[in-house]
Amino acid sequence: MIREEPGGDRWTLNFGPQHPATHGTLHLKLVLDGERIVRCVPEIGYLHCGFEKLGEHLDYNQYVVVTDRMNYLSPAANNLAWHHACETLFGIDLTPRCKVLRTLYAELARVLDHYLSVGAAALDLGALTAFVYGFNEREIIYDLFEEACGARFTTSISRVGGLFRDIPPTWPAAVKANLPRIGDCIEELEKLLVSNRIFIERTKGIGVVSHDDAIDWSLTGPAARASGVKRDLRKDEPYLCFAPGWDGNGSSPVPFKVPIAQGGDCYARFLVRLEEMRQSLGIIRLLIDNIPPGPVNALPDEKLTLPDKREIYFSIEGLIHHFEMVMTNRGFTPPVGEAYGSMETANGELGYYIVSDGGRCAYRARCRPPSLMNYQAFSAMIEGHQISDIVAVLGSMNIIAGELDR
Amino acid sequence: MRNGVVADTAQQADQPVAVGRLQAKFGDIDFAPAELMSSDDKRRGQISVRVPVEKLEAVMRFLRDDRECAFDMLVDVTCIDYLDYPGATDRFGVTYSLLSLAHNRRLWVKCFVNDPDPEVPTMTGIWKGADWPEREVYDLFGVRFAGHPDLRRIMTWEGFGSHPLRKEYPLEGRGERENYPVFTRRSA
Repeated sequence: MIREEPGGDRWTLNFGPQHPATHGTLHLKLVLDGERIVRCVPEIGYLHCGFEKLGEHLDYNQYVVVTDRMNYLSPAANNLAWHHACETLFGIDLTPRCKVLRTLYAELARVLDHYLSVGAAALDLGALTAFVYGFNEREIIYDLFEEACGARFTTSISRVGGLFRDIPPTWPAAVKANLPRIGDCIEELEKLLVSNRIFIERTKGIGVVSHDDAIDWSLTGPAARASGVKRDLRKDEPYLCFAPGWDGNGSSPVPFKVPIAQGGDCYARFLVRLEEMRQSLGIIRLLIDNIPPGPVNALPDEKLTLPDKREIYFSIEGLIHHFEMVMTNRGFTPPVGEAYGSMETANGELGYYIVSDGGRCAYRARCRPPSLMNYQAFSAMIEGHQISDIVAVLGSMNIIAGELDR
Repeated sequence: MRNGVVADTAQQADQPVAVGRLQAKFGDIDFAPAELMSSDDKRRGQISVRVPVEKLEAVMRFLRDDRECAFDMLVDVTCIDYLDYPGATDRFGVTYSLLSLAHNRRLWVKCFVNDPDPEVPTMTGIWKGADWPEREVYDLFGVRFAGHPDLRRIMTWEGFGSHPLRKEYPLEGRGERENYPVFTRRSA
């Protein structure tokens, strides 16, 4: 601690970058008046790894591995958002089966993310139980991802125009069998926290963002919706199964509700996340019985998607096709131009702005990370509060350092 | 399979409204409205306009305040280094991604600046959310934002010296960990 000026009452305190409640390497420079925060300057960049530079040197399929490492609470959502942007660039329309599977993965990832953020927010306020309960259910969802793609955590689940592979035939039954348990835990969290006096006193009225400020600060996702901003890309710029007529036969979009809260405080963000989990599970419940048959990869003949492994091993055409895709002097031939694709991930709008010069790698792969845009409002939210409120606000904003710094 | 317009259909319907308003208000600027993806026959409904750097602040303020444009959210600020891009004439394209919540429309505003001293005015006075993305562009591309309240490096550290997302900066070889002196408890 450093006294800011000789004889003054203000103290400077460094919070982090190795504080357990920062969940990653976040660093805050605080100027304190007693326990009250007068000024707060977040210093970020400790986890900067040059992901956007890597995106200029890896092709459209290879880069998906890097996106896993962005928001590491829900890697599948990052994969899907990246390839959503790629497909906007290439102009590919996915097959109905792929759309349903991707929607399922995206919603499972949202539940995965919210369980940790709600649990960790409670943990930081001293409620260890909620955290452990959430992690139990995350374990089940990890197992489901493992069954679908072989990886529990870094899923790298999508490819341009489709998926890494089709699901095993037992997967829908496994999801269905586990859905009730995943859903029960939401109720348990609710019982533990929603009317818990300590939790309410620690979160209500803390870190308030008004509706207009949320827009001005470019907040998206639950942080914006808790301030009454009615926006969800699944409704407003629908993609996958949220778009009308997604299966080519005029199917209506998957119904769900967008929860909005008015408080704009930590408690409101917590409530929005809980309700979003319920809605996500509802979407999964609707879709899991109706996975359409057919291929998962679009355009097998246009040399945009990797062929099926059986084709590679047992036919010369398949082998050539495979080599044409993976060799460094061949590969993708996207149209020249720029495209922006974004998805509503658990933290907000995750967008990729891709510039293509026609080569196999993107010329520029800009990631618009929700955490970065949400976190810049943090100092305005926290000023005037106590030191102990920092963890409450950090937990409710769910700042993920991997995505923040990239 | 390849016939449908991909996603983002909602914003397509009446996109040129904002462009029309701009052209009516700023008659002397050639906005060159174009789809982001120009070489393709499929429309994606993503419109970009070019704005010269002198008029950027006025145009942006108009885009936010005009009721028919009402781009009240700045979704992102980024930059593209067009150094090696085929057919490009300017180097740095600072790209603003705007969103109108009321009309559910997006617009991309591009402002091109060049060496040796790339500088654009800051948008922090119009949207508070411009703060960190502008710092990021400054850090990684070296484009300065005139009037920014706190223009420091954000991803790399003070004293890093170069701008890693510029095209002449190699993927490997510069700024590597091995090139820095090692401090131990004893030597520090």
